[in-house]
Amino acid sequence: MKRLRVFVRENSRNPNAIAYTVMAIGALALPGIVQFANGGNGDFLVSLAADGGVYVLLAIGLNVVVGFAGLLDLGYAAFFAIGSYTYGMLASAQLISSPIHHAVHIPFWIALLIGMFVAAGAGALLGAPTLRLRGDYLAIVTLGFGEIVPRFFRNMKDWTSGVNGISALDVPTLPFWITGPWASTQLAIEHNFRFVSFNPTAWYVLVVILIVISVIGVNNLYSSRLGRAWMAVREDETAAAAMGVNTVNTKLLAFAIGASFSGFAGAFYGAKLSLVSPDSFSFIVSITILSMVVLGGMGNIPGAMIGALLLYSVLYYFLPGAPAQATALAHNLGMDWLNQSSPDGWPGIAEFIHRLQFIIFGLILVGIMLLRPQGLLPSRLRAQELKRGVHDESAVVTT
Amino acid sequence: MIGALARMPSTLRTFGGSQVSNLVGLLIVAGALALTLQHVLQHSASFFFQILIIGIADGTIYGLIALGYTMVYGIIELINFAHGDVFTLGGYFSLALFPIFGIAEGKAGFGYVIPLLVVAAITMLLCGVVNVAIERVAYRPLRHAPRLAPLITAIGMSSILEGAMYLWRGPNSLHYPDLLPLTRFNIGPVNIGVKDLIVITFALVLVVVFTLFINLSKLGKAMRATAQDRDAAQLMGIDINRTISATFFIGAALAGAGGITWGLYISSVDPFLGFITGLIAFTAAVFGGIGNIPGAALGGLLIGLIRAFSDSYFDSSWTEVLIFGILIATLVFRPTGLLGMRVPEK
Amino acid sequence: MSTDQKPILSLQGVIKRFGGLTAVDQVSFDVPKGEVFALIGPNGAGKTTLFNCITGMHVPTAGRVVFEGRDIAGTKPYRTAQLGIARTFQNIRLFEYMSALDNVKVGEHVRMKAKLWDAIFRTPFARREEREVSERAMEHLRFVGIERHADNYARNLAYGQQRRLEIARALATEPHLLLLDEPAAGFTPQEKVELMRLVDKIISRGITVFLIEHDMRVVMEVSQRIVVLDHGEKIAEGPPAEVRKDQRVIDAYLGKSA
Ligand SMILES: Nc1ncnc2c1ncn2[C@@H]1O[C@H](COP(=O)(O)OP(=O)(O)O)[C@@H](O)[C@H]1O
Ligand SMILES: [Mg+2]
Repeated sequence: MKRLRVFVRENSRNPNAIAYTVMAIGALALPGIVQFANGGNGDFLVSLAADGGVYVLLAIGLNVVVGFAGLLDLGYAAFFAIGSYTYGMLASAQLISSPIHHAVHIPFWIALLIGMFVAAGAGALLGAPTLRLRGDYLAIVTLGFGEIVPRFFRNMKDWTSGVNGISALDVPTLPFWITGPWASTQLAIEHNFRFVSFNPTAWYVLVVILIVISVIGVNNLYSSRLGRAWMAVREDETAAAAMGVNTVNTKLLAFAIGASFSGFAGAFYGAKLSLVSPDSFSFIVSITILSMVVLGGMGNIPGAMIGALLLYSVLYYFLPGAPAQATALAHNLGMDWLNQSSPDGWPGIAEFIHRLQFIIFGLILVGIMLLRPQGLLPSRLRAQELKRGVHDESAVVTT
Repeated sequence: MIGALARMPSTLRTFGGSQVSNLVGLLIVAGALALTLQHVLQHSASFFFQILIIGIADGTIYGLIALGYTMVYGIIELINFAHGDVFTLGGYFSLALFPIFGIAEGKAGFGYVIPLLVVAAITMLLCGVVNVAIERVAYRPLRHAPRLAPLITAIGMSSILEGAMYLWRGPNSLHYPDLLPLTRFNIGPVNIGVKDLIVITFALVLVVVFTLFINLSKLGKAMRATAQDRDAAQLMGIDINRTISATFFIGAALAGAGGITWGLYISSVDPFLGFITGLIAFTAAVFGGIGNIPGAALGGLLIGLIRAFSDSYFDSSWTEVLIFGILIATLVFRPTGLLGMRVPEK
Repeated sequence: MSTDQKPILSLQGVIKRFGGLTAVDQVSFDVPKGEVFALIGPNGAGKTTLFNCITGMHVPTAGRVVFEGRDIAGTKPYRTAQLGIARTFQNIRLFEYMSALDNVKVGEHVRMKAKLWDAIFRTPFARREEREVSERAMEHLRFVGIERHADNYARNLAYGQQRRLEIARALATEPHLLLLDEPAAGFTPQEKVELMRLVDKIISRGITVFLIEHDMRVVMEVSQRIVVLDHGEKIAEGPPAEVRKDQRVIDAYLGKSA
């Protein structure tokens, strides 16, 4: 108990510790709160939160590439697509209609790893000839790659069903699963459990577990020999090389590890949605993930996570809900005429708000960057500095 | 496995050797040309010329847009993602201006030439002003911020512009009036539309005039000096802010002209047109050698041709894969582009 | 120090051209083991370029760079660091947004053994290694006298401390040969004296020091042998007292700076 108190005191002024604590409590409480607030009909929101978890995973992975190693990746969604399609083809009846005429049903847990390694391999393959290029050129290469990959999958109709995508993917199974108490149901053990789509809580719990594992792994990397090499390369590649850091290999590892996150997030996403379609991986997805990392605070894991949660809620919860909210508001204010479209071009408030979404997204990106170019929760010097009470406001990462 | 991957670069180092990479690049280009030739021979000559003309017309428009990318990149090393949307804005502005000047479809004639040119001038001016404002608001305050910050604001500005057009005229694609004469005539086996000629001439004149301007004028010299070495340029008494503003203005004016030309040629515009068109034009800029102004024009032309030929002789669903493949291949095999880049060494 | 020993570094006809400019022209000399060896010459003489040729940052246009008996001309910089050559930079190049301690730990990188696996799972081996490396890094900071600033961002250190940090970082790679590019540039006389003491301490650890320096007093005092470069060419070599009297050196270098 005393140690706990010391621990709390030591970390009570550490923004990262606070962020982790808040996120952990939020993650634990969310299903219960959502169900309670919606009278037990909150499944839709839990499912939405589980999808948000996928973006958190993506942001954690991209943060390794952009934040730690300083490599600008504008086509991160390509690896997401590769992971999804790998899973889609290896865990569904899809390949029956392909030239090999045999369905492949690899269990989710193994396919997850395969998706991860295939994406990492693709990252290494792309990185090997391009990582020696200047930073901006790498960005352009990744941009091109990000445009090619979804089109490639869309065009390989024999294997991927083209625009229709791959559907009816296998779901993960486990020998047993604990249901409740998180879903405001009784604590119970269910045997031969299947992750079906009408049980979003199970998916939610699974993604939270994956996130926790990822955060631990990436934190370990961050404070390891490799993590330091990444930052050294980011800060000054020439000096890093002069100190004996093999800069090309170091960058390649960042690229491959970042891609592997995207790959396994992709496999999870495909399995949860039970659909893989080429439209889910466009440039805007890459940009959204990048914006999450930059908004949150590059190079800082909880920063990237918070950026992901914030932007995801805005894009997938607040903005889609806004038209209905506005309609209701107009109605309650007795201004129902706002809700009708009129011949002079007024499309009705719901449609108007809907059309505003691009502007709002843009304003958020521009606004946050102008007000806080280093991100909401930027990386700071690690524990010791805070322990010693060194407070240097200029010591905020702005790389 | 990762370890094995990590060891790859040393075995792939030949990629870096310029002889080998030049050879590989040449082989790829030669193979592509041979394949194209084979396809071309299977079709009629008149078809070939028709595609050639479409390619040139598209290519000059891409060139117009690519100039803006290349100038901005050359001077502040930023991929101005909003540039493609400024191009679309050119289409939207001119659409709104047509009624004011009494221009409407179906009444084509020589009387339209002057009003059309006036609309073009006003549109170019408006696009220039918008782009200068974007630079002031979203890029200039971040000139000393982390490199990614202006990139994110560029994406944000792109979204804002798309959203503004979406809000203004709705989500659907808009019909752009057919103002150019539809007459066609034959020169030997070649069937040419007057419309094609006008579009190509208009875009080409702008590109040439502009290239001369950059090479000869004082402002052009200031731009090149700033692109080379900003500090040195400042010491020589060049007003950096003014030069950058001018760069954004000119680039946007050309993109706006591109928007009009596109509308006249293709007859439709939509709020998101600038996104993919912008990316393709950007590829053209890289292809020609980013920062290099004649390179952007040449790159645009080539990308336009590649697109037209791939669309009609191969499979249009692979065209964009091909174009972005060219983007990557250029950077891997010849990072300086066809004509060499003019970017200061870091 | 005996000179009959094999030299640790031997340059043989090294040439480096940049386009039409010959920055280093046919330079040959030996750096004896265990001494302080100095390279002097006016600005733009090609001193830094020569360092770059030794550490692999430039590939010499011609000539041999023999380090501990093997020709390393054209070897990649990270390999030369592994082989035992460390350096500092004329215009300090620290990892600005990393702590001083982490800067030194990057120097240790090349002697560490933790693999990707160890890094991800933080294996007991990785933990032990991290602990040892942290302790060693602290010792290096103590050695150069800036242990109090271990947890500050490198960019927030004072100028003199940054120079020392660069030396600590280089020492962390456990070099046999340490190249210092104008380590006393911008120093006060007092700081220069301290630096000379530090160089003595480094030598007493058995590390050969090869330095570029402008201040003749420092060079005369600290080094056993001097090579003088002018316009890329070697114009003199020998003990400080001799070099100082050489007419060409006086013309090319001392004459100008006096
Ligand atoms: N990377 C390079 N490219 C072209 N010229 C260079 C390069 N590095 C150095 N030089 C030129 O080589 C000459 C020697 O420079 P340098 O070795 O830095 O001199 P010093 O260190 O003796 O002052 C100078 O004329 C410099 O401009
Ligand atoms: Mg020098």
